[in-house]
This record gives sequence, structure tokens and C-alpha cells, in this order.
Amino acid sequence: MTEHCDVLVIGAGPAGLAAACAAASHGAKVVLVDMQPRAGGQVWRQDLRKPAVATARAAFAEVSARPDIRCLQQAQVVAARPGHVLIEHAGTAMELRYRALVLATGARELLLPFPGWTLPGVTGAGALQALVKQGWPIAGKRVLVAGSGPLLLAAAATLQAHGAQVLAICEQAPAAQLRGFAMQLWRWPSKLIQAAGLRTRLAGVPYRSGTWVRAASGDERVTEVEIESARGVERIACDHVAVGYGLVANTELAQKLGCELTMQDPHPHVRVDTRLMTSVADVYAAGEACGIGGVDTARIEGAMAGCFAAGADKEAEALRARRDHARAFAELLPRHFALRKQVHLAATPQTVVCRCEDVSLSQLQGQADWRAAKLATRCGMGSCQGRICGAALAELRVFDSTLAVSNAPNPNPVPPTPAASAQGARPPVFPTRLASLAGTFSSERESSENQSIAQK
Amino acid sequence: MSEPSVHLHIDGVAVEVPAGASVAAAIATSSEVAPRFRRSRSGQPRAPLCGMGVCFECRVTIDGAAHQRACLTVAREGMQVRCDD
Repeated sequence: MTEHCDVLVIGAGPAGLAAACAAASHGAKVVLVDMQPRAGGQVWRQDLRKPAVATARAAFAEVSARPDIRCLQQAQVVAARPGHVLIEHAGTAMELRYRALVLATGARELLLPFPGWTLPGVTGAGALQALVKQGWPIAGKRVLVAGSGPLLLAAAATLQAHGAQVLAICEQAPAAQLRGFAMQLWRWPSKLIQAAGLRTRLAGVPYRSGTWVRAASGDERVTEVEIESARGVERIACDHVAVGYGLVANTELAQKLGCELTMQDPHPHVRVDTRLMTSVADVYAAGEACGIGGVDTARIEGAMAGCFAAGADKEAEALRARRDHARAFAELLPRHFALRKQVHLAATPQTVVCRCEDVSLSQLQGQADWRAAKLATRCGMGSCQGRICGAALAELRVFDSTLAVSNAPNPNPVPPTPAASAQGARPPVFPTRLASLAGTFSSERESSENQSIAQK
Repeated sequence: MSEPSVHLHIDGVAVEVPAGASVAAAIATSSEVAPRFRRSRSGQPRAPLCGMGVCFECRVTIDGAAHQRACLTVAREGMQVRCDD
């Protein structure tokens, strides 16, 4: 089945919703594709028990009210090439053809290995927040929230609102860096108000800076966590450890389309020009996919990209000043929440790094690069397709070539991880049923696609 | 007023969850002591990590279809979920 649209938007978070509405309001016929059961992305993930924030409700209402936006939830991108995207939706494969595409693929949490991180009960911080919003039972549970970045507060507040006993929020960044961050927030009043609101709601929860997770332990699930700070090592009994180290952009689909990426030491995001167009004609990108910038950036860039994609350049330009101001916030994050060495060193040689294939850190040491590691150990070749271990290994700089890429300008650097390697971008974008792949993109089309990859 | 709920089976055990809850939430509800999702290649117990469909640690068999991500699936009335696949 093939469907045509003017503007195809991938991702129904704040950026994608804004892009779809902006494009439709300028006369485009829009299809909006999203993997989750309900729109909102991660930051606006709808809570079973609580109403969404007003801005999110307005965005949901506008998308559903517009007859020129077709919204496909629980739709997964399988393959893509310029002009075409193959998705799996409601058990069938569907080819979508577009005139312009907006990538609003968002970000995922950076999850780093430490002893015990594979135990049930150990999740990302935003991950537990997402699970709880969808009904995961947390009332009365003892939860330690840890890692780095502003997301920890938001996650802790949600957990507490659902009845969890949040034992502490452990932020690995030192207090001085956090003060520096707080001092800058006046430039973004909405962030300041949000931060102050979260701190008030979490008044009874200890917020510990310069504190990081060393290990988790338990038998069939986590029962204890070990944290470290200037005070030394402490063991804390708990039911959940929610630990996330900030966000990394989702770039797999952009890579599959051949879009150039930019390395933001050491994680990639999609490179866009001043019109938010990627290096591939008529493919735009907005929000976290272009570098972590938060919900305000995502909304404004989504609207801009939607306008550009629909040919409404003047309306897009009118948003530029607001976009630049919102983007400036993004620069604060890597500066104030840089990860300390101890976080990188938490994994021991025995720690499993690739959770899909049970590959330990010691098995990877001595491998020259990602490709060699894959061949020797199957690291990154499981169901997640290297999404978790790829970002972790890049952050830990396990392979020498990762260092070479980040430290020296090299016109043809060895791609350190699948996340940074355009050559490594092969279909499917997500694991899929064979039936979805068979006979949808014809063999003639696939061979022309392979040719264009070979020419790069 | 009680909220609407759905009933499903996790490894044959009946579970009731609020309408709109994920299968992951239903599995956690079915056994809050140590929810079972899958075993790794070397037999370690695993459960959701990312909560958003990226890590595949929560995959289970739903109504006979293997490798479904429990965090991305909304629980439906009468669903049969099998873990440890």
C-alpha cells in the first residue's frame, strides 16, 4: 500500500506536533508517524492518572482537529530513502511518499554500564518516569534517582507524585557547576519557574551533588545500590534505581536517509542549515535530533521546520530569534553536566556492556574499533541494534578510534560506533517482521538505493 | 467512581490494570516482587531499561506474537502474555 503526502513528519513529540500543525496550517497535506501508542513523545508522555500540561493538551487538540493531518500512532519506520519511507503499522507495511520530510525523532537517555545495571529494577531515570506514567506500580517503593542533568528532578517529581518514596536524587556534577547552571537560568524564565517548582515539590527529598552510582546488587532484582561521594561509599537498600546520564539524539533514520551528522563529542546529532534542512534535499530536522535543547527549542524548531517544509519561509523566519534564544540553553548542558571520570570508570571488566548479546567490557578491550568488536563478539548486533551499547561505548571511549575522532580533525575518521557511521546504517531502522520487508520496496528500487550508498 | 480497567493474563495469571496501562505495567503488577520479562543469552533476568521502545529488554510474547515490546503495547482485554521467551 502506498500513500502520498506533501509533508511527512516522523515523531509526535513537541517538535513533530508543532511541525505537523505548522505545515498543515500552510495548506500541506500531512502524515504524522509515531512509534508510541499516544502522541507527546517522552517529555509530553501522557499520564494515565493525570492531565497533560496545557501546552501539550493544546498541541494534541490541534492535531486531532485538523482534517489535513493523518496521525499514525504505533507506526514504526522500517526503511527509508529520499522520497520514500516504509513503515509498519497495524500489522501491515505501508510505503509513504513525501515531497518534504521533517525528522522529529527526538532523543533517548544515555545509559551507562556499572556492576548490576542489568538487574530488573534498574532503569533509566526518564525511563522509570515513562513506565510509571503508563501504569507501572510504584506506590510505596523505595527509589534512588541518580545520574546527571535536569531530567532527574522531573523524573523524581513524577515518581513522588505517584506515591514512590524517593530516597535521594544523586547528581554526579559538583555543586559549583550546578550553581553556575542555576545562575544562568534567569535568561530562560520558563526553565527557572519549572526548576523552582520542581524543587518545591521535592522539598523533602535530599538532592546530593557530586554523588554517583558505583554499583547495584540483588539476586533476581535490585535490592541495594552503592553510591559514592566525598563522604565515601554508602550502601542504600532500595526497590528501584533510576539512573540516566542525560540525553543523546536519535539519528538512525537520518543516517539511513544519508543525512550528514555532526559529532558533539562524542555523540552525533543531525546537521541542519539555517533553514533546518539536512544535507539531503527536502529532508528537514527539528528538536533534539539536531542536538539536545529541551522542549522549548523543540516546539519552535518544529514549527519552523513545518513552515519551511510547506514553503512558508516568511513565517518560518519570523521564529528565528526565538529559536536562537532557546537553542542557547542547549549550550549550558554539556558545560554544567559534564560527566566525571568516576562515572566512566564504574564498569568493571566483568560488567556486561552489550545487554542484547551479553558481551562484557573485558571482551571489548583490545578491539581496534566498533566493526572489529562486532565481528569478534557480536556486540551491538542484538535487538536494540547497538542503540544502548553504542552510545555507552562512545561515551566511555572504549575504542581507540573514538579518541582519534574526537581529538583530531580527520577528513575520513573511522566511525567509532554504529550511531556515528553513515555506512553502518542498514535497514531495518527497527527490527521488523520479514513480511513487512518482503516485496514492498521493489528489488529495482533497493538496488538503486544500494548504488547511491556505494557512491558516497 | 472506579476507573475503567482491563483484564489480561500474564503467564496464565489473571491481572487487572487501569485502561490505557502498558503490558509492561501489567507484568509488573502481576508480580511486584520480581517481575519476569525475559532471560538474557546467559540466563540472567532482565526487565525494562529505557521505557520507550529502544532497548528491547522488555520483549515478551503477546497473543502468540514473539518479541513484542511490553512498554510500547497497551494492555487489552483478554490479552495472553508470555514472558521469558
